[in-house]
Amino acid sequence: MPDAIVDLEIQLLLEALFQRYHYDFRHYARASIKRRLVLARDQLGFGSISAMQEQVLHDPALLPRLLGYLTVQVSEMFRDPSYFRALREKVLPHLRTYPSLKVWIAGCSEGEELYSLAILFREEGLYERTLFYATDINPDALSAAEAGVYSLDRIRKFTENHQKSGGKSSLSDYYTADYGRAVFDKTLRERVVFSDHSLVTDAVFAEMHLISCRNVMIYFDRLLQDRAIGLFRDSLARKAFLGLGSKESLRFSTHAAAFSDFVPEEKIYQRREP
Amino acid sequence: MSPAPIRAVAIGASAGAVQALQTILPALPADYRLPVLVVVHVPSDRDNQLAPLLRAQCAVPVREAVDKEPVAAGVIYFAPSDYHLLVETEETLALSADETVNYSRPSIDVLFESAADAYGDGLVGVILTGANHDGAAGLKAIADAGGQVIVEDPGGAYASAMPLAALAACPNATTMNLDAIASYLASLGAP
Repeated sequence: MPDAIVDLEIQLLLEALFQRYHYDFRHYARASIKRRLVLARDQLGFGSISAMQEQVLHDPALLPRLLGYLTVQVSEMFRDPSYFRALREKVLPHLRTYPSLKVWIAGCSEGEELYSLAILFREEGLYERTLFYATDINPDALSAAEAGVYSLDRIRKFTENHQKSGGKSSLSDYYTADYGRAVFDKTLRERVVFSDHSLVTDAVFAEMHLISCRNVMIYFDRLLQDRAIGLFRDSLARKAFLGLGSKESLRFSTHAAAFSDFVPEEKIYQRREP
Repeated sequence: MSPAPIRAVAIGASAGAVQALQTILPALPADYRLPVLVVVHVPSDRDNQLAPLLRAQCAVPVREAVDKEPVAAGVIYFAPSDYHLLVETEETLALSADETVNYSRPSIDVLFESAADAYGDGLVGVILTGANHDGAAGLKAIADAGGQVIVEDPGGAYASAMPLAALAACPNATTMNLDAIASYLASLGAP
């Protein structure tokens, strides 16, 4: 099938998802979206993306499956250990001076980064004074994050990352192994609010001391990136921190002037005084 | 009908990549007028040292690809380790942290398929040495879009599996040894 037709089908499907279900992927970076939708088409057994559109318009049961393709990120706990080391060694000493803290994991997917931060804050004695907000647009991902259960075969990598991040405890202190699964300690989510929130369409909901949003904006076009960064700017307390993915930056953003580099090599920024 | 003008080069390599690229990329002249996009499989927990290594040997600027950056002519872009590299249809670079493809991130298929969309018949795809099958589907996508497809001669390649898989997917691909690929690519982008 000529490629121009597939591109048109994708545009129409994204418009349909927005108008029917208010999920807005229209300003996501198109090349990745195309890969994911072509994969969904093939794996779900549709002859075309138009056929998938027809079904999702009439049958809401297809929506969560499509969202799985469009949103779910495979991540690791303590992915990029040097990022977590920089938080531990450079950011947390500042956060320690506050009597209470709010941390937002924006686009938390299935919770790997949330549990990493919860463990880090516990190791550093800050967990009890912190409220974590873990948000995502995919309800199934949020449920998985809330459950905190990961396949045991992923734990070796998680453990290795945790050690490299300067972990002060053993990762095995935080989970129990059960039939090939690692079930993370529920006390790690006692101070976590899981919530449906879209960086595309939703607004500021609290004043944060740290926002961690890694490998989420990489999927947005520049317009959408700018909206999200504006939202982060407006959500951060003065001199609060923003951490991005290792290949993301504020370089192209119109809001760049609102931030200063804090740990440039780890893409950790600090909100300037307004 | 004369062949379409070439607007970009995409190269994929795995085991044995360093030597192969050291033959090809330094052969490109300083005034090269095409962008060159390169995916090499490297372990995910290691920084990609290839770009700095080749930078010292190449007349053409060598950079690690940056998300959302417009593709510039006369620049060699490497995919960063642990990210896929894609080209958007408006000819900007895109990175993704999506799951591995053919156990690889970056994956050659991901680059080639998106570049085929972006450049159509204006793309040359090159598969070099490697011990897996990544890139075969991508090379076919380039051929299907009307682009030129080149495969390193499996007989002379450090690892033949990747060239053989690419040839199985694209039986009409041109096979060349590394020196021939180097001079062909150099001539394509000479001003």
